[in-house]
Amino acid sequence: MDLLLDAVVIGVLLGCFYGAVSIGLSVSFGLLDVPHVAHPAFLVLASYGVYIINEHYGIDPLVAGLLITPLFFVLGLVAYRLYYETFEKRGTDAGVRGIAFFFGVAFIIEVLIIMQFGVDQRSVTATYIGKSWRIADMRIPYRMLVAFAVAAALTIVLTLYLSRTFMGRAIRAVAQDQEALRLMGVNPIKVKQWAFGIATAVLGIAGALLIIVAPVEPTLDRAYIGRTFCVVVMAGLGSMSGTIVAAIILGVAESIVLTSFGASWAPAISFAMLLGVLAVRPQGLFGRRS
Amino acid sequence: MKRSNIAFWVGAAVFLVAIFVMTQVVGNQYPFFAGYVILQFIALAVAWSILGGYAGYVNFGTSAFFGVGVYTAVFLTKAFEAPLLVQIVTAAVIGALMGFALGLLTLRMQGIFFSIATIALTIIIETTVMNWRFVGGAAGIQIARPPATPPFDNYVQMLFFVQALLVVLAVAISRYIQNSWIGRGLQALKDDELAAECTGVPTLRLKLLACVISGALLCAIGAPSAMYLQFANPDSAFNLNYSVSTLAMSLIGGTSHWSGPIIGAILLGTTQQLLTVTISSEVNVLVLGIMLVLFVVGAPEGIIGLVRKLRGNRKEGGT
Amino acid sequence: MSKRDSKSGSISRRRLLATASAGAALAASPLGINLLHAQQPPIRIGMSMPQTGGLAGGGKPSLLGIEIWRDDVNAKGGLLGGRKIELVVYDDKSSASETPAIYSKLIDVDKVDLLFAPYATVPTAPIMPLVKQRGLLLIGNFSFQVNSKVGHDMWFNNAPWGPPDSWASSFLDIGQKAGGKSMALLAADQEFAQNLAKTAREVAAKRNLPVVFDQAYPPNTVEFSSIIRALKAAKPDIVYVASYPPDSAGILRAVNEIGVGDNVKLFGGGMVGLQFGTVMENLGSLLNGVVNYNSWLPEKSMYFDGTKDFFEKYTKRAIEAKVDPLGYYLAPFGYASGQLVEQAINATKSLDQKGLAKYLRENTHKTIVGPIAFSADGERKETAVLQAQFRGVVDKNIEQFRSSGKQVILFPENLKSGELVAPFEAARK
Repeated sequence: MDLLLDAVVIGVLLGCFYGAVSIGLSVSFGLLDVPHVAHPAFLVLASYGVYIINEHYGIDPLVAGLLITPLFFVLGLVAYRLYYETFEKRGTDAGVRGIAFFFGVAFIIEVLIIMQFGVDQRSVTATYIGKSWRIADMRIPYRMLVAFAVAAALTIVLTLYLSRTFMGRAIRAVAQDQEALRLMGVNPIKVKQWAFGIATAVLGIAGALLIIVAPVEPTLDRAYIGRTFCVVVMAGLGSMSGTIVAAIILGVAESIVLTSFGASWAPAISFAMLLGVLAVRPQGLFGRRS
Repeated sequence: MKRSNIAFWVGAAVFLVAIFVMTQVVGNQYPFFAGYVILQFIALAVAWSILGGYAGYVNFGTSAFFGVGVYTAVFLTKAFEAPLLVQIVTAAVIGALMGFALGLLTLRMQGIFFSIATIALTIIIETTVMNWRFVGGAAGIQIARPPATPPFDNYVQMLFFVQALLVVLAVAISRYIQNSWIGRGLQALKDDELAAECTGVPTLRLKLLACVISGALLCAIGAPSAMYLQFANPDSAFNLNYSVSTLAMSLIGGTSHWSGPIIGAILLGTTQQLLTVTISSEVNVLVLGIMLVLFVVGAPEGIIGLVRKLRGNRKEGGT
Repeated sequence: MSKRDSKSGSISRRRLLATASAGAALAASPLGINLLHAQQPPIRIGMSMPQTGGLAGGGKPSLLGIEIWRDDVNAKGGLLGGRKIELVVYDDKSSASETPAIYSKLIDVDKVDLLFAPYATVPTAPIMPLVKQRGLLLIGNFSFQVNSKVGHDMWFNNAPWGPPDSWASSFLDIGQKAGGKSMALLAADQEFAQNLAKTAREVAAKRNLPVVFDQAYPPNTVEFSSIIRALKAAKPDIVYVASYPPDSAGILRAVNEIGVGDNVKLFGGGMVGLQFGTVMENLGSLLNGVVNYNSWLPEKSMYFDGTKDFFEKYTKRAIEAKVDPLGYYLAPFGYASGQLVEQAINATKSLDQKGLAKYLRENTHKTIVGPIAFSADGERKETAVLQAQFRGVVDKNIEQFRSSGKQVILFPENLKSGELVAPFEAARK
């Protein structure tokens, strides 16, 4: 019983971590329909950025993550422009070629990281890494609490931004009806580009989280393609709070399976859940599409 | 139409005879080892395109089908020492069943959702194999080849020829589909599924058919790989590389014509084999990445599309 | 777009030049000697090596070790009266599916004189039947029990493994001596770790040592807190962990945060990754107390003829090659692989594969990692796998691992440099 409670608590925190690394994708794929397979590659790239800053200047990884967000914002703007010019502008059927395009981008990023840093794994130092918080009989790693806090902050900020600001509402509108927005005199492409920039900027912080929670290596992105898409699709496209909830469900499921007899079945459990959700409710648990 | 049919079958026969003669004459083993890999990718790309190209359902689970083919062969070898032909046929049957299940998924999912479902399926199947101790589980398994069947005096040469047969089979099926009512139905379905259904195209039957055929071929192509490597582990058999390479080859060649995937697979497959024995480093992956980006951006319809465009331009210029 | 293209173009060109110049540098360095023996064809040694993918972190330092041997031999004027050593190396991308074609190329097209195996078990497994069928000598490189089913009598593994169960035996010996009465087993659900776990179970069964926790976790597991908590609840005395580099770090972090309980006398055993410099640097003080396997350590007992020279060269070259700055685990064994064939060639005065294999089987060979003798299956006659305890390690300092005493050798007896500090929690302070 104790173990189960423990597994649930750790699972919730783990889920928050999954949520934080997926929430950018929830914007880029969920709201903008860009099949951003390179999302995890950008994420790992951000981790390496955080690693450099932490290693050379001793700056806290989360602060370092914040420092690189403007850079990633610009990167996002450029990436979307490129994507728009080559796919969306030319018309339909971006789907499969879009995926292939982003796979190509992901491979290029992987190799550039290998050339710069070699293949060894890297990690950062911070006061909250390697220590834990003791309550009753339970011990909770501080770094997982950091993941929880960051995930909560990201969700709240993004939700508020999307519902309270003009640009945020425009982003949600562009996901639903591009033409209506155009009639209102707003350029939907500009809005989408801006949104993609934000989705990528968020990766700066998510990347910091990735390297705080565990060490990174150049090809780590491949392990996260399935996970992040799983979270976003399960949540239903474009729902920020839904993304976190879906991620927590996954995290708890994974954590319980890891504690129980058949730990090696953990990946199958998560993806079976995804298949189940897709089959029963294709629009996801909190989907915007009816 | 008829003349092109004859030309195709004559071409296929010449190809097979050439491959066969090669196995009898060439002593150097390397062409067979490298050639096997290239043929395998040609067959995979062609088989994938039946669903991914004609029907527009992007299957990311190529590695799932391939891996199931490999492990079918491993299981049959370990349990019954079944001959290669039995392995391949059984793999095809299992692949057809898997394809059928995949086809049912298309009832509920389209576009990227379908693709994500195939990724999920791949991970579930791989995890199952990792936990299946009889075929070695996560640790992998070494299997021994039986002696080669005459007229081949070497097993790899035999595998090379078998894979060439699978290529011809896959191409013939793909070509038949393209030129028949199935292909036209799939094309209509790809353009607009709802409209196709309204105009009386039996979309579900067509999708199931495409999934079953594509799945059976993908699995059958994976089966001989067990004997090629004489070793199997889940990591290698379900490697993401099969899914990405197959997709890349089809796109680079172009999916609108049956010859597109062949061209793409020959180009990319040969390049990869050459790079492995020349530059041989992480630049390998870089080249794949750059080729993907360049072709997807520069030649949206693949090489086939590029050629058509050039031809079209010339015609316009001429008249 | 065009900018990115031109950039990557120049990178690949630079790479191409680098690979080409690797051969050229070889020829250029001892130019005088080279001219003298201009007519002598080189002795070509072919291999694949994982330089990308999951095994690259081990493959790259291993290759550097072999290259240092090549340069040493060539500086002395080569073998067989002046024939230079030339390496033919291809990247197998850490994948089993690449190696058959690569080794066929090496044998049939490049027509190399000798073959080395790639680092690790998975890429090696598919080439075993091939070399057996062709009757070729193959020097193994840290693969585990890859010849047990194939039974190739011209296979010689450079790794210190020895008999398959000796690894688990030595670890459990230490644990039982410290008063351990039960064992927990935590292993990655991957090839090498599962093989280790299997032998550990067998040894435990033979000794009637109860296994109170036995768990295989999937690859790419992110968070180990819950698994460590479950392990702790089983209250084991000995914890045997068989893990891979990314997980090893995750497990040690979770152990530090959650704790494994005061019962635990001994923790570690088969954690891959704790031998690599950057991983050790990253983990720092988290390593303290862990008893883990290793192949070479900078303890006094480990220095043999040429060992010191080798590491001086390695340390210099590792920087520009961007590989493990310490390189204890694999690099000296790569060098030793070279020394094995060097001695065999010098003794038999030929490149005849059968003769070389006979010599390797029947003699004890002096190498920089100590004397090596093989048993009939081509593995070491006696295990030389070290079990060593991390002590007094501080954070973020890679240089500390160069001095002795940071990893105290507990096994084997003849190389021992200290006694176990137990229980585990006490050793961590």
